[in-house]
Amino acid sequence: MSEILHLSNVSRNFSGLKALSDVSISVSRGEVLGLIGPNGAGKTTLVNTICGVTPASSGAVTFDGRDITRVKTYQAARLGLSRTFQIVQPFAEFTALDNVAAAALFSQPGESLKSAREEARAHLAFVGLDAQANQSAATLTLAMRKRLELAKALAMKPKLLFLDEVNAGLNSAEVERATKLIHQLAAGGITIVMIEHLMKVVLNVCTRIAVLHNGQLIADGAPRDVIKNPAVVDAYLGQQYAQRNAARG
Amino acid sequence: MTRVNLALLLLIACVASLPLFGGAYALRLGTIACMYAIYALSWNIVGGFAGYPSFATAAFFGFGAYATGILLNKGVPLSVAVIGSLVMCFVLAAALGAVLLRLRGHYFAIASLSLVEVFRELVNNATDLTGGGMGLNIPLASGSGILADATFFFYAMWGLLLITAVVVIIVSASKLGFGLNCIRQNETASNMVGLNSTLYKSIAFGLSACFVGAAGGIYAAWVHYIDPSDVFDILYSVKPIVMALMGGLGSPLGVVCGAFVYLGLEEVVWRNYIQIHSGVLGVLIIMLLLFLPHGLISLRSGMFWRKAKHV
Repeated sequence: MSEILHLSNVSRNFSGLKALSDVSISVSRGEVLGLIGPNGAGKTTLVNTICGVTPASSGAVTFDGRDITRVKTYQAARLGLSRTFQIVQPFAEFTALDNVAAAALFSQPGESLKSAREEARAHLAFVGLDAQANQSAATLTLAMRKRLELAKALAMKPKLLFLDEVNAGLNSAEVERATKLIHQLAAGGITIVMIEHLMKVVLNVCTRIAVLHNGQLIADGAPRDVIKNPAVVDAYLGQQYAQRNAARG
Repeated sequence: MTRVNLALLLLIACVASLPLFGGAYALRLGTIACMYAIYALSWNIVGGFAGYPSFATAAFFGFGAYATGILLNKGVPLSVAVIGSLVMCFVLAAALGAVLLRLRGHYFAIASLSLVEVFRELVNNATDLTGGGMGLNIPLASGSGILADATFFFYAMWGLLLITAVVVIIVSASKLGFGLNCIRQNETASNMVGLNSTLYKSIAFGLSACFVGAAGGIYAAWVHYIDPSDVFDILYSVKPIVMALMGGLGSPLGVVCGAFVYLGLEEVVWRNYIQIHSGVLGVLIIMLLLFLPHGLISLRSGMFWRKAKHV
C-alpha cells in the first residue's frame, strides 16, 4: 500500500502547552485509521495541524508527495484533504443543498454554481438527506447536521477524509446508520482517519488504530493488538474494558 | 434576474426622470439621493454580503474626491479623472483590505474607522499636493449655466448609481456573492471548504470602495471646492450603515430604498426643526430600527422577504 499522509516529528505548542509532541505517523491509501485517546489528548489538534488551521510548531507534514506543513486551510482543502467538525459548522441560513454546493463550488476548480448544485444533490442523496435539500441547515436535527457535514466533506472529492467524532451525540440507531455510511465510503476507496470514542464503532470499521495521550503517540497498530496494549488500557480504555474484552475472548 | 432586482432597476430608472419635474433644488436633491444610494449599495457589499461592518466609506469618498480634484487641476478630463479615482480606490482598498479584514467584528469596525482619520491627516499634511487645510479649488467643468451644470452632474451621479447597482446585482448572483455569503455565515467553514476568504474579502472591500471613490470624484467636480473636514466627514461613514439598516441589511433594493427614505427624512426634518434637526432625526432612526428591525424591505409579504433577505 502506498503512503498518502506522513507526519514526521510534528509538535504543536499553544504557548506553554504542548498539545502535540513529536508525533510521527503515516497513513496508507485506502486505510481506515482510528484515532483514539482521552479528552485533551490532542486528537483534534492533530487534524487541525494537518489541515493548516493550527500549523505545526515543528516537524513536517507530507500529503500525496507534497510538503503541506505550511499550507493554508483553503489550499489543503483544494488538495483533497477534507474533514467534518466535531462541533458541526453549517452555513446556517443556507439550505442543505447550498451548504453542500458551497463545498463543491470552492474546492473544485472550474465549478459553476449550477453544476455545484447538481453535484450537491447526489451527495445529499448518498447521506440520505435528499428530502431535506431545500430546508435551511439551522432547522435540521443534530444527526442530520452531522450527515450534512459528511455530505459537504464528500462534495470536496477528498483523497483523505477526517471524521471528527461523527457519532458524538447520536442515538444507537443513528450511530448504526452513520457506521454503515463509513463502511460504504471505505469500500469506495477513500482513505479515512476517524476520531471516535465509541470503541464498538472503532473496532467495527477501522483497519488500524493509533492512540494519543498527552500529545504523544503511545500506540499504533492492528485494532486487536492495540486494545490489549497495557499503556492504552491505562491511559484510555480502563481495566474494566480490558477485563470485559478478555472475558469475551 | 429576480423580481427584487428588477424592482431595483425600475426604481433607479424612475429617478432618472427627475429633471422633467423639478428645478435646480430637485436636481440637487436628486444628485445627493443618487450619491447616498451609491454609498448604501457599496457598503452593502462588505457590510451586508460579507458581514464586515466597515466605517471606511468616508475614507474612500475623500480619497476619490481629492484624487479627482488633483487630476482635474492638472488638466485631465473629468471622465478620465473619475475612472482613475475608481481604479485607484479599488486597488488601494483591496490592498488595505487584505490586511484589515484579518480583524473581525468590532475590531474591524474600529480599524476601518481609523482609516478615515489616517487619510484625513495625510491630506492635511500633503499641503503641496492637496492644499492642506486650506482646501482645494477645482476648475469649473462646463460653465454653461447653473441648470445645465446641475443636470449634467445629476446624470453623472445617476449613471454611476446605475453602474453600481448593476455590479451589485451581478455580484449577488455570482460565485463571489455566494462566497461572501458563506463568509458572513461561517468563516471557519468557508476556509475549510476551500474558499480563499482573504481574497474574497479583499475584492469585496475593493468593490465597496471604488464606486464611493468615483462618487467622491463627481462630488468634487460638482461643488468645485473640497476641504478635508468636508469630504472626510465621519458622517459619510455612518450614514450608509443607517440607510442599510433602515432599508434591510443585505438586500440591494432595500438599501437603496433606505438611502432615499433617509435623505427624505433628513431634508424634511432639517427644514422643519432647524434648531434640533440632528436630535429629531436620531429619534426617528431609533424608532424605525426598533419597530422595523429588518428594514423597510420586510414590509412585504413574508415569503417574498425570505428570498430577498440576503444576496
